[in-house]
Amino acid sequence: MNAKKAAAKPARGHPRKAAAGAKSRPEAGIASIDELMAYAYALELEAAERYAEFADAMEAHNNREVAELFRKLARIENRHAEQVLEEMGWVSPPDAPHGGYKWEGFEAPESGDVTELHYLMQPYHALQIALHNEKRAHAFFGSLVKQARNAKVRKAAQEMEQEEAEHVRLIEEWIKRTPKPDADWAIDPDPPVLAD
Amino acid sequence: MTTATARPTVPISARDFKSDYNPIWCPGCGDYSVVLSFTRAFASLGLRPENTAVVSGIGCSSRIPAYLTSYGFHGVHGRSLAAAAGLKLARPDLTVVVASGDGDGYSIGGNHFMHACRRNVDMTYVVMDNHVYGMTKGQPSPTTEPDWNSKLSPGGTGVRTFHPLVIALAAGANFVARAFSGDPSGTANVLVEAIKTPGFSFVEILSPCVTFRPEQREWKNAVRPAPVGTTNDPARAARYIMTDDGFNLGILYRGERAPYQPPMGRGNKQPADLEKGFAI
Amino acid sequence: MTDVKKGAGAAARTSVSVAVTGSGGAGVMTAGNMLLAAAAKAGWYGLMVRSSGPQIRGGEAAALCRFATHPLDCLDDRFDVLVAVDWENLHRFADEIPLDSASLLVGDPAQGNPPEVYVKSAARYAQLGIKGIAKAISGSWPNMVVLGVAAGLIGLPKDAVRAVVEKTLKKSRDGLAPSLAAVEAGYEAASRIGGDAKLAPPGPRSEPRWLISGNQAAGYGAVRGGVRFVAGYPITPATEVLEWLAPALADVGGVLVQAEDELASINMIIGASFGGVPSLTATSGPGLSLMIEALGLAVAAEVPIVVVDVMRGGPSTGIPAKSEQSDVSIAVNGLHGDAPRIVVAPNSVSDCLVTTQWAVHLAETLQSPAIVLSDQFFGQTRAVVDRPPDATYAGRRLTAAPNADAYKRYAVTESGISPMAIPGNPGTAYTADGLEHTDRGIPSSGARDHTIQLAKRERKLLGHEYGDFWADIEGEGDIAVVTFGSCTGPVREARSRAAADGVQTRLVSMRLLAPAQADRLAKALAGVKRVLVVEQNHSGQFLKYLRSEFQLPGEVKSFRRPGPLPIRADELHHQLVDWSRA
Repeated sequence: MNAKKAAAKPARGHPRKAAAGAKSRPEAGIASIDELMAYAYALELEAAERYAEFADAMEAHNNREVAELFRKLARIENRHAEQVLEEMGWVSPPDAPHGGYKWEGFEAPESGDVTELHYLMQPYHALQIALHNEKRAHAFFGSLVKQARNAKVRKAAQEMEQEEAEHVRLIEEWIKRTPKPDADWAIDPDPPVLAD
Repeated sequence: MTTATARPTVPISARDFKSDYNPIWCPGCGDYSVVLSFTRAFASLGLRPENTAVVSGIGCSSRIPAYLTSYGFHGVHGRSLAAAAGLKLARPDLTVVVASGDGDGYSIGGNHFMHACRRNVDMTYVVMDNHVYGMTKGQPSPTTEPDWNSKLSPGGTGVRTFHPLVIALAAGANFVARAFSGDPSGTANVLVEAIKTPGFSFVEILSPCVTFRPEQREWKNAVRPAPVGTTNDPARAARYIMTDDGFNLGILYRGERAPYQPPMGRGNKQPADLEKGFAI
Repeated sequence: MTDVKKGAGAAARTSVSVAVTGSGGAGVMTAGNMLLAAAAKAGWYGLMVRSSGPQIRGGEAAALCRFATHPLDCLDDRFDVLVAVDWENLHRFADEIPLDSASLLVGDPAQGNPPEVYVKSAARYAQLGIKGIAKAISGSWPNMVVLGVAAGLIGLPKDAVRAVVEKTLKKSRDGLAPSLAAVEAGYEAASRIGGDAKLAPPGPRSEPRWLISGNQAAGYGAVRGGVRFVAGYPITPATEVLEWLAPALADVGGVLVQAEDELASINMIIGASFGGVPSLTATSGPGLSLMIEALGLAVAAEVPIVVVDVMRGGPSTGIPAKSEQSDVSIAVNGLHGDAPRIVVAPNSVSDCLVTTQWAVHLAETLQSPAIVLSDQFFGQTRAVVDRPPDATYAGRRLTAAPNADAYKRYAVTESGISPMAIPGNPGTAYTADGLEHTDRGIPSSGARDHTIQLAKRERKLLGHEYGDFWADIEGEGDIAVVTFGSCTGPVREARSRAAADGVQTRLVSMRLLAPAQADRLAKALAGVKRVLVVEQNHSGQFLKYLRSEFQLPGEVKSFRRPGPLPIRADELHHQLVDWSRA
């Protein structure tokens, strides 16, 4: 009875528009380097936390290879967050702006979408998620560059944009080194199990 | 009853509300993000783990208490609202949040849902709705579309879906909101308001099941902030909710009904005083 | 078989039984209650059982009263007097109100002829135009005439009756005088009718007495045990437990909530008890059936709760307003999984108090659900009793200290009892779980965790020292009667009658049904050659339970009958005497 069946999987290539429920953009309100860098810090930190959760979920589902990859991504994003602190000379994380951070979508642009995970996913898929996140981060700072109200903020945003572009490039190279999954990667001969 | 005296302590962060027990849900499940929303809401409200209780029944969503550091109660299928009402009425000092799903909350627990709304005990009821029974491998729930094919109901149930928000409103819930798991901050904000509002607060969280309803990944493209604001007029709210497509997010109704809370701990007699009624 | 005081003559009975019947607004229950109150005032003991047809209002009703100079635990075998306001459907009570040639039937010829069954009983029929007498006294009621007749026939001092009427009608200025006149007319009629149903004068009153029902007693026992949260759903014949508790709990700082159903009631009390407040619900068979799943949750999550089951005829809706001891099996066995629980049974109306209090104490101490098996007879019987003893049983839950080091809710201890952290206690937050779990409460399907936790939950119940209160053990002899609950009253009476015939017997009335006290019962039955197991149900549920968990010595006989008819002392008396001679 174990008819091979593809376990429900995310759509290939992660096609997606900016989430329909997007909130007002933050850039119009960003007036200082401090505020910009607070955004940068939150973006990196939330990305790190999300990757760590992804790693936990993968570990719980015995997908050690992808778990390790997410763990690695979490470390990278954590380092990015720390770099923001160092650059700014901050000894503790900055306070969130009044009313919380305002992102373009529901979440910070570098935070992975929970629903894109799959228990049989391969490093290639994980890197696709990472690539998408880096591209969104790049676009986020790009839009800050366009909307910056003063030269200082514009310059800082440009630097961040360039950094994210570098991240995109690194991930793209990483993907090139990573084997593409077979067409049947999501096939599980067993049905789901019953739990509680 | 033990009531610990509050000690001056540092504020509890969202992360502190996560337990050291990692969630076990399918990778991709929307419920992961709901944990995040819970912890953010608790931290933002300045709650303390010892004075917060999360009560649940049975189902994927009901696993949530174990993933938090608050007091938790993981009871039987469909009865979480009753257990939570007992807890809150006996211990009005606690913040009580109930976690449920569309099977646990609307099907087996449907009767308690109506009466909890009606009773209006000061607690927050969170239903993670994914239109399917996940834990038992994909059977239709009360919110499943009538034509959704499954092993248990081949060709679909042919039965119309249940409309939880309108039922909550009609039954007397004091706060009715819809949120989306993919928007953890927005959901956390709704939870903050739900917990802050006295009385029975009902929050439906659309939370995709990627295993049995992979098409729900598209919910992120369907949801939108409700074009109307919060009203305190139940008739207006009902008209609006009845005509929306189930993807409008926000606090749709907030009433001013006083919560039900009999005066626990306020009697002034000793048990022996009650004997007078028996004496000849 | 009515007791007759030796050497005191025919007019000096130590126990008389009087039934008052009538339909549709006759007010016989009120008359019965006033008769009982007056008897109590006069210094007698007494009890009253209500019996009625299925109608909410207007149906046939009977107040079955028994008065005595000594405490009473049951009705007698027969009735000395039946006062009938009318004959409507009276034949339906024929089994419950047996009359014989020594009985007196007082009835109104204007209402027709007495039912054939009573004509055949050869009871003396005294014709009395009850309604006519009442009609002649403007503003009076037939039930006040009945009250006077019944009181006069049993020799109840008129002062006591007058006092009760005055107290009852103190708010009705116009009603008092006609009522008193009707009572007077009743007394006059009684003196004309005569008869030998006069009760001997009461003995000196040594201790305070109460007029109480078993349901009220259970409610008060709960409060004394420390219960401060109750959730319940109305059900016959348990509702009075809840109705008594509603204002009582408010008085002592507790809360009663009317739930939407029994599933909600039991889950509410589990939630409240998880919150640290001793909690209880009261129900009857159909409600208990609905509560079974959550009782298992209380076992697994180790949440103390008490469920008072006021048993009625089953299965299904059964016979709602009649007594039957047919929930033994569901109480001791009715949970899925290996689910140890406490089951206790009061054995008199007043014992409903202390046994319920004990149940709270056991539930709290052992962090376990406890079921109290009361029944409709206890629950709805109002009895004049000596004030029950002050028991010290109270909820004593072992709780966790603040910031307990590496707290484990389900820590494996020698006693099996683990400190329970109460919400509000810092540093010990945990999740109570109906899923099998580790000692920390983390869900686990591991064989080792399952075995350890099953054994722990069993150990805490088996290892507890329950003390002598586990059973009432009385007498000596080769024959022992093993029973529980409301059969204890008739068994006690049968034993004393058998003793008068020279047959000595033992009684073991088990108050603690589960966990089974096999060693204690073996000790109580040491040397016994015959065991009579008495219970009020069809299939012998109690005997089956005894056979599964205990060793019964010698020859074992079952004496059982389902409700609604009570098991009577007379038939047990004959059983004991005949068996002793066999």
